[in-house]
Amino acid sequence: MAKLTIADLKKIKEKVHAEMSLRDGERRVKITVHMGTCGIASGAREVLDTLLQEIAEAKINDIVVTTSGCMGLCSREPLVTVEILNQDPIKYEYMNPNKIRQVFKRHVLDGEIQLPFVLARGAEITK
Amino acid sequence: MLELASHILDIAENSVRAGASLIEIDIDEDTANDSLSIEIIDNGRGMKQEEMEKVLDPFYTTKTVRRFGLGIPLLADAARRAGGHFKLESQEGKGTTVKATFGLSHMDRQPMGNIISTLIVLIAGNSDVDFFLKHRHNDRRSELDTRIIRKEIEDVPINHPEILKYIRGVLEEGFSEIKPEA
Ligand SMILES: Nc1ncnc2c1ncn2[C@@H]1O[C@H](COP(=O)(O)OP(=O)(O)OP(=O)(O)O)[C@@H](O)[C@H]1O
Ligand code: FES
Ligand SMILES: [Mg+2]
Repeated sequence: MAKLTIADLKKIKEKVHAEMSLRDGERRVKITVHMGTCGIASGAREVLDTLLQEIAEAKINDIVVTTSGCMGLCSREPLVTVEILNQDPIKYEYMNPNKIRQVFKRHVLDGEIQLPFVLARGAEITK
Repeated sequence: MLELASHILDIAENSVRAGASLIEIDIDEDTANDSLSIEIIDNGRGMKQEEMEKVLDPFYTTKTVRRFGLGIPLLADAARRAGGHFKLESQEGKGTTVKATFGLSHMDRQPMGNIISTLIVLIAGNSDVDFFLKHRHNDRRSELDTRIIRKEIEDVPINHPEILKYIRGVLEEGFSEIKPEA
């Protein structure tokens, strides 16, 4: 297997650069995964990792993923907040890799809120 | 926590919350000494002496949304249960070092688990923070330094899917080279 080098990184940078200049409307969606201690203990890392792989597979660049601290809702972790531009943030509870895949495909890509998993609708209260 | 890699993520999240711009994670597996050591070093705001004394108490936290902090006591307990030690060093305004050691072959040591996923999640979720992973297994070493990557990619964000894929690849390569036993 060929070893990954800085030269490979340069190539990736150039490719990404070429694509970046071709598009305008960035940051359509922001997704926050809450990474407090109990979030991590209940699987928030796997949820975020799954989400990153879904985004990579879908080959879209208008989604920003970030993490934030605890929200004081340990018993409902893992929690994920989806904010689509010009829409109310939606907070999903009890996420796992399968549920986040569904949220990603149906809500983030197709715009259909996944009601059974919704904890709350409205603004973020923490960092 | 089921995995040491989850503890590492949790402790590094403390560093992020303390405003660190650089977080170093050292993992050291030493078969001859039957020891595994994990060190997380940050340049965040640090703690006062009296704060440090309270941190091992699970009923201490500076968070306002919940009245107790679990992260540090959980790791300290995991180390002690596995024949190891826990050490916290901090200097206000300078940074914090958390060190946990474990008996490598101790029955009650948690498995390392998915350290690659931990790193990816830290980098993706905290794109303004640099991470430096040093992983040693006896005489084999592997490193990942996001400062070097950042310099190379210029204005491409480090959490761009293509860059994360590259980083994942580098971590996987390092892993297969050092063949960790933890
Ligand atoms: N790297 C650090 N730098 C500065 N302060 C820290 C650091 N790590 C922990 N602290 C302080 O120690 C407190 C306790 O940390 P601990 O991880 O045990 O609990 P927590 O982060 O408050 O809550 P939890 O981890 O359970 O979500 C924190 O609230 C913070 O004030
Ligand atoms: S970590 Fe438990 S409520 Fe956030
Ligand atoms: Mg913590």
